[in-house]
Formats: sequence, structure tokens, C-alpha cells
Amino acid sequence: MSARRIWGLIYRHACMYRRSWPRLAEIVYWPTLTMLIWGFTSSYIVHAHAGPRALAAGALIGGVLLWEITLRSQMGVTVGFLEEIWSRNLGHLFVSPLRPAELIGALLIVSVLRTVFGLFPATIIAYLLYYYDIFAPGLIMLVFFANLLVMGWWMALGIVSLLFRYGAGAEALAWTLAFGITPLACVYYPVASLPIWLQPFAQILPASYIFEGMRAAIAGQAPHWGQLGFAIALNIAWMLASIAVFAGEFRRARVRGALISIGE
Amino acid sequence: MDVLLVESLSKRYAHTLAVDDISFTLAQGRILGLLGGNGAGKTTTISMILGLLTPTTGRIEVLGHDMARDRFPALQRMNFSSPYIALPARLTVRENLEVYGHLYSVKRLKSRIGELAEQFHLTALLNRPAGDLSSGQKTRVALAKSFINKPELLLLDEPTASLDPDMGDYVRTMLEEYQRETGAAILLASHNMAEVERLCDEVLMMKTGRIVDRGAPDALIARYGREDMEQVFLDIARSEAI
Repeated sequence: MSARRIWGLIYRHACMYRRSWPRLAEIVYWPTLTMLIWGFTSSYIVHAHAGPRALAAGALIGGVLLWEITLRSQMGVTVGFLEEIWSRNLGHLFVSPLRPAELIGALLIVSVLRTVFGLFPATIIAYLLYYYDIFAPGLIMLVFFANLLVMGWWMALGIVSLLFRYGAGAEALAWTLAFGITPLACVYYPVASLPIWLQPFAQILPASYIFEGMRAAIAGQAPHWGQLGFAIALNIAWMLASIAVFAGEFRRARVRGALISIGE
Repeated sequence: MDVLLVESLSKRYAHTLAVDDISFTLAQGRILGLLGGNGAGKTTTISMILGLLTPTTGRIEVLGHDMARDRFPALQRMNFSSPYIALPARLTVRENLEVYGHLYSVKRLKSRIGELAEQFHLTALLNRPAGDLSSGQKTRVALAKSFINKPELLLLDEPTASLDPDMGDYVRTMLEEYQRETGAAILLASHNMAEVERLCDEVLMMKTGRIVDRGAPDALIARYGREDMEQVFLDIARSEAI
């Protein structure tokens, strides 16, 4: 692995964003809009119904912010890859000494930068308009952030694998897959709220444990370290599986010639 | 010394044999032309040499590295240019060259970009977005990028496409000088037969995935009893027997 080659690709994306205000606006737009919608909803709940419902409002805003981490981190990687397809630059990258692992490493770093940049306004809005401090439950929130970021990454690797397999036609998944998983991630409600037959699908997602932990932290309860450990283990397992799928699809793409025709 | 060794190379897709058992070598300091009509297998062959496409059978060795198992050290020392692959349009010419300078770990990158800008007449264009350039200017930028790491093997697909005659001649002269000064090997795919006659030490004629003839341009012209490579090309392309 070469830090310089990884930097080369990060620099490529930084230069692009520097020149494209619509792209910068897109990073910030959805998290901010989502925060405004759910933040005002939460405010209504708090003012209309005091007591425990105030905790529910806090859980709602916290859930919005935290789930945006996963959504943005997933999109950061897949959109970064799609930018290379859209600019017809993928061929140049793959005939350079850039290794696939370095390509992914650079896209992961770009996704972290996009996530931080995208969520910063939403976090400020949450604090100023709704008096919600994301770090009020403590530094455990950083552990939640990291896990949700990693969850976005392995989802992204899965989507990039689909792009290798099905070409740019799979592009719609880059925008929709993480949203589609939202009901099973149990962002706003416990797993027990789901029908019995759906609960196993939620239980294999790290997010359901993270959000359970978040709701407990907001309620002032002690962290459920066992659940958090299980979430971390699930993330590692899913990440390893995604890496294996990615490596396999990349290999097959080279056999099929998909690296040459992936834009079609 | 052979910079490029291609041995019994084939590529089969589901219903098509795109490249059929071809073998050739390219020695240091030589320019090899790869000619053929559309669908002859040129792009497939170049893609396999670059590692973009896995061969079905056969072997490719570049600068002593087996491209199936150990392609990255070879990719560090070679480069490629094609009008069919673009550079990021929003980045300026300078930024594009910087990106590729980093990807190829080029030393003293700033001064290398200055040299290339002078060589390819890009100095006035360095701060312009690549997407705003004319097709001829984009070709020059792509060529500059292909020279950024001073490659020992250069693969050029239509290197003078979209260039005016003056710039085309300039680029051809530059390729000859580069080859003389550095001993680099160049694999050139071109439909410009005058360019092929001028630059190439040897030519491979491809048709339906096979190499149907090969030789120095002069020798091929003499063998086919023609006046130039264009007529040789047409003879081969139109012949049912070949």
C-alpha cells in the first residue's frame, strides 16, 4: 500500500468538490433537511407531551443524526466510485499502479470527510434549534459513530461489487439501498416493535444494536457492552464478507472485460 | 531485451473469440504497430497487456513481470494513452497531471509537470479544466499524462487522433526522440497509415482476432506490391483469403 497513491486519489476528489458547488450542496442538503423535518417533529412531541415523550424526541433526533452517518458514509464510497465511472476515468485508474485496496482506502477516507462535512450543519441545527447535544450521552457516541461509519462502508463495498457485476445500471442502488434497510436498522424503535418474522433480519444488522445502545444512553442507562461488542463483531463479519465479494467481483470484471465497458 | 512478451494469447467471450492465439515480442527501443479493422482484436489485445482484461489462455510478460500474477510493478514502469478514456473534466490540466504524478509516484512532480507542459504546448492550458478543452488539446493532455512517469513501455491508441497536421507531426517527432533518448518501447495502434510507416519498426496486421501478417512497413509494402501501408491495409482487410 502506498500512502502517496491513496493521497493522489483523495486529491482528485478534493479538486473536484472544490470546483463543484452542487456536489458540496448535495452532501449537506439531505442531512440538514432530514434534521429540520424530524427536529421540528420532535419539538412538537416535546411541547405537546411532557415527560417520557421528551426522551423519545431525543431518541428521534439522535437516531436521525446517527443513521445519517451510515447513509453518508455509504454514499461517500459509492458516489466516489461512480464519479470515476461518470468521468470515464476508471480505465486510467486501473492501468495505473493504483491497487484496488488503495482505491477503496482512498474512497473510505473521502467518505469520512464527506460524512463529517455533511453532518456538521445538521449537528449545529440540532443544538441551536432543538437544544440537542449529540455528545450529551457521553463519549460512547464516538463508538456508535465509528460502528455506523463502518456499516456504511461494507454496504458500499457490496454496491460497488454490484456495479462491477451489472455496470452503471446498478447505479440506483447507490442511492436507495441504505434507505431500504432503514426499517430493519431499527433507528427509531426497538427490534421488539417489528413483527416476529422480521426480527432475525434486524438482529443480523449492527445498526439495530447501536440504536438500542443509543436509546439507553439517552435515557441515562449504563452502556450494554455485550450488545456493543456483538455489533462490532457483526460489523467485522459483514466487512470481511463484503471484501470477499468485492475481490471476487473485481476478478470476474477483469475476466468479462467489465472494467472497459462499466459505464454502459 | 524484450520489454513485452506475448505468448499464445487468446481471449474468448461467451460467443466470440476476440483474440485467437497470438504471439509477439517487442524489444527495447523499438516501435511496434498494431493494425487492423474494427473488431480485429487490437483493443482487446492492448487491454490484456494493460491488465484490464484477463486472458483466456496465454501469457503476457512486461519488463520481466508476469502480468497475470505480478502486474503492479510493471504498471509502475509503463503507461497508456487513448482518446476513448477521459481524464476528469472538472480538474484542471495541472491537477490531472498532479493526480497521475502521485499515482505513479513521480519524483519532483512540479518540475516534471513543467517539462511536460512545455513539451506538449500545454503551459497556457495548465489552469483550465480538462473538460473545457478542444479534442486536440485533450489528446495532448492525455499524452502528457502517459509520459508522466517516463515509461519504459508506452501503449498508444490513436495518439494523434484529433490533432492538426502540425501538432500531429510534432508529436510523432517527439515519440521518435523519446524512443531514441530513453530506449523506451512503444506499442502503437493507429489507423493513420502514414504515421505507421514513419514510426513503426514492425507492424502486426490483425484480422478476426489473429495476426494475419507481420513485418517492417517497407517489407510489407514490397511483399504486397503496393505503394503505401494504406493499400496494404485495404488488401488485407478486403481479402477473403486472409
